[in-house]
Amino acid sequence: MGRTLIDKLWDEHAVADLGDGATLLYIDRIFLHERTGSVSLKELKAAGRPVRHKEQVFATMDHIVDTFPGRTDNTKMPSGKDFITTTRAAALEAGINLFDMHDPRQGIVHVTSAEQGITLPGFTQVCPDSHTCTLGALGALAWGIGSTEGEHALATKTLAVKKPKNMRVTFTGTLGTGVTSKDMILHLIGKYTASGGSGYAIEFTGPAVAALPQENRFTICNMAVEFGAFSGVIPPDETTFAWIKGRPYAPKGADWDKAVTYWRTLKSDPDAVFDKEIVVDCADIVPTVTWGTSPGHTAPITGVVPDPASMMDSSVRTSWQKAQEYMDVKPGLALEGLPITSAFIGSCTNSRLEDLRAVAALVKGKHVAPGVNAIVVPGATSVKKAAEAEGIDKVLIEAGFQWRESGCSMCFFAGGEAFGERERVISSTNRNFENRQGPKTRTHLASPTTVAASALAGKIADVRKLGQA
Amino acid sequence: MEKFTTLTAVAAPLMRVNIDTDVIIPSKEMKGVTKTGLSVGMFANWRYSDPVARVENPDFVLNKEPTRHAKILLAGANFGCGSSREHAVWAMAEYGFRAVIAPSFGAIYYGNCVVNGILPVVLPDTAVEALAKWTEADPAKNLITIDLPQQTVSGPPATLHRFEIGTADKEMLIEGLDPIGLTLKREPQIAAFEAKDRERRPWVYL
Ligand code: SF4
Repeated sequence: MGRTLIDKLWDEHAVADLGDGATLLYIDRIFLHERTGSVSLKELKAAGRPVRHKEQVFATMDHIVDTFPGRTDNTKMPSGKDFITTTRAAALEAGINLFDMHDPRQGIVHVTSAEQGITLPGFTQVCPDSHTCTLGALGALAWGIGSTEGEHALATKTLAVKKPKNMRVTFTGTLGTGVTSKDMILHLIGKYTASGGSGYAIEFTGPAVAALPQENRFTICNMAVEFGAFSGVIPPDETTFAWIKGRPYAPKGADWDKAVTYWRTLKSDPDAVFDKEIVVDCADIVPTVTWGTSPGHTAPITGVVPDPASMMDSSVRTSWQKAQEYMDVKPGLALEGLPITSAFIGSCTNSRLEDLRAVAALVKGKHVAPGVNAIVVPGATSVKKAAEAEGIDKVLIEAGFQWRESGCSMCFFAGGEAFGERERVISSTNRNFENRQGPKTRTHLASPTTVAASALAGKIADVRKLGQA
Repeated sequence: MEKFTTLTAVAAPLMRVNIDTDVIIPSKEMKGVTKTGLSVGMFANWRYSDPVARVENPDFVLNKEPTRHAKILLAGANFGCGSSREHAVWAMAEYGFRAVIAPSFGAIYYGNCVVNGILPVVLPDTAVEALAKWTEADPAKNLITIDLPQQTVSGPPATLHRFEIGTADKEMLIEGLDPIGLTLKREPQIAAFEAKDRERRPWVYL
């Protein structure tokens, strides 16, 4: 019987069969950030254990650092400085690669790892961060772990993992105007719930995925974890290889040719069998926004907030009721036209050059609605520089957006910079959890272009209508 | 790591689906580079009507007697989804929780539980609901018993639920083992893998 892409990635990293479906997997790359990584390094040192292959271990500053121009170690987050300086000291002492605050390679871990060519097709990669699955879009098996598992990976270069089941999600058809890869994944999670992928590793495939530029593919894998999945992968293709070529850590010369030959084998065999198959017709997808506090609480932009009374399961019903209370929305309310006070474009979901280009093209010559706080945060310093070279920063600033240094910024609230209490925010991020972007802040997830169109309108807007009277 | 064999304890029901790790330990409550001092911030936004002044919300299950001292948490599906923060488990362990029973878990949270001596028990929706209803009726008397070696949960008289758990996870919890020490014993195997892999994929080895 044929093997799936995930089977192949699994088998090729198997150091030992631990029985009962568990495997000791070799880990090619480990990435840490200042929020959770320093604990792993600190504990490892306390246990007197060295880092195995420190040249394959990377750390960056993204979560705690401010994104204001002229940032320093003194962040707005209480005790933020402690995270930054501890990570710096621990990284230097352990001798791993450190992309510090002012390093040109600094960025959100899952963005910069791809930008720098650190993650490559066929790799295994872990990070004590749930959105590590983003990198699956390069054909790598990448997943988030906890700090203790981080210690394990650092000390042994391996992890004991129980093999998840195989799921294939095939996107057929073509995307309509104004519909993006963010809408594809929000639509999927909305239809099958935030635990629909629980217990699975997912291959996202089909003509609509293959047609996406590489940068837009990351958005889909980024939210695999919001679907409850162990991770997500997209089979790498010529688009992927062209995108990787020439990046700082990508293989060069004869190694490059050898690598590409190997990468071309990284796809599921035609006779591979998946434990579960989902097919989504892209003709059914329109710009999608969330109404609640789970990424599964979605509705089409043309839709309304659903009625919890329609849910049979009592714990789901309670969750919907609580979510609607928190979000201050009522069943039947139309999402389009809901007034917003802030708009955020950034995060490991949507902060790459393609995202910023699409936003700039949309807002050029227009202006953010009065009273709306609109912020754009590039995902990596390299993305910021590339965008500035194209003049994207000027277009955005002229349109009334703030243009920041790269980092996680207000994707999550840790006591530092935040959106205001009970403020309604439309955001290109991946989590609309309670208090995620600020105390009692109400987050609506959407694509970067839907966020931009909404910022211009001052209310949740259908990006497809922009420019129409 | 503290060993886990059997446990009979008060259980606190928190029957909502998709309780994420941001809820279990809000980012704002993770104040330092440390695994300790986190329990006071656990569920802060639900547990306190004023999280800053730590004013308790009397309606929250962990502010009532005797569920304040619960060692078992009952929850809806997808418990611990979201952020990978192990702080969620450290906070719960420090608070005194030894087990969570839910229809399903966030994958990273599940793994974090095992390496910290908290037993994650997966039971069908209906079973968790039934346990919740039963313990709610008289939380001080209606205690729940978990037997890890037998892989069973019992509560209401004449009910016994069997649950599944991976052999390695089970062993680790029962023995209180150090997973890194275990793997380091396989050093020759790891080195052999690397030697072969270096030929095949030289670009991995920077
Ligand atoms: S951008 Fe947001 S979701 Fe992504 S790694 Fe940073 S905090 Fe996490």
